[in-house]
Amino acid sequence: MPTIVVEVMPKAELLDPQGKAVVGALSRTGHGSISGVRVGKRFELTVDGPVDEDLRAEVAALAENVLSNSVIEDVVGIHYEQSNAEAAAEAAEHHDGYDAPAGETH
Amino acid sequence: MRIGVITFPGSLDDRDAQRAVRLAGGEPVALWHGSHDLEGVDALILPGGFSYGDYLRCGAIASLSPIMSEVVDAANAGMPVLGICNGFQMLAEAHLLEGGLIRNDHGSFICRDQVLRVENASTAWTSEFEAGQEIIIPLKNGEGGFIASEETLDRLEGEGRVAFRYVGVNPNGSLRDIAGITNAAGNVVGLMPHPEHAVEPGFGPDTAAAMRSGVDGLGFFTSVIRRTLVEA
Repeated sequence: MPTIVVEVMPKAELLDPQGKAVVGALSRTGHGSISGVRVGKRFELTVDGPVDEDLRAEVAALAENVLSNSVIEDVVGIHYEQSNAEAAAEAAEHHDGYDAPAGETH
Repeated sequence: MRIGVITFPGSLDDRDAQRAVRLAGGEPVALWHGSHDLEGVDALILPGGFSYGDYLRCGAIASLSPIMSEVVDAANAGMPVLGICNGFQMLAEAHLLEGGLIRNDHGSFICRDQVLRVENASTAWTSEFEAGQEIIIPLKNGEGGFIASEETLDRLEGEGRVAFRYVGVNPNGSLRDIAGITNAAGNVVGLMPHPEHAVEPGFGPDTAAAMRSGVDGLGFFTSVIRRTLVEA
């Protein structure tokens, strides 16, 4: 089953209070070399049918209009990935020795 | 006058808003997010709370509720609509108001009695105030930082669409101390602080006169009631 990954980040020019809190904690725990953290979101959309042009257009529109708010966020990436099970099946077919972990379905 | 208060999954202040309408002399009408029926109300309130647990973005999923298509149509046709806190976030997500609300710049939830200056006293929900009047109503939010592009902020200021500004303390990092805005027509108003919690002596903010005697929020509801009576 194809998986579509949509990545959304707070706009670069805006303060990201969540990232600021994380970098503060890193600094307090001896990771002062990390000077900045910004926290975004990753959406994994699973589709049943094939990924065609119509679906790509639909996902692009959803990413802009629903999954993100253009006033405060930017869509920074839309990727089309195989699920792990598909990757495992493909790897097995090519006899490169990949063993899918038991129970891995996602 | 019948004022609808819409309850969404996770609304908290819907009953308080209904009570405020009643104390102001109106008739509150409880509306449900899953319906497409505004039941003939004369005005609408989107109350505070944490609809859908603030999942996705505050107010984002609620802004896609069935009833929101009727709310958008009614707002565009001139019906008075007030969004309080989470309701303000919904109005922004529904593009009925400009800008957006992000996490408070200091990272903490804040709850305090807040001084506001009424910047625009000619909206449907502020006509009982004087322009420049300072009022005190409760504020309680974790994601109340109002933001918009510089260009949008300049336009909002230029068109007199900043309805309320924080005075003394900026509690959440809102740009230009903006606490609430209105649409161009003045019928749609959104703000982060809570007028519905300052409508009855004994239950409002402290004042110089007596503890919990503040009722500065009542003017929001009497404004819309008087306006509709005058127009009728």
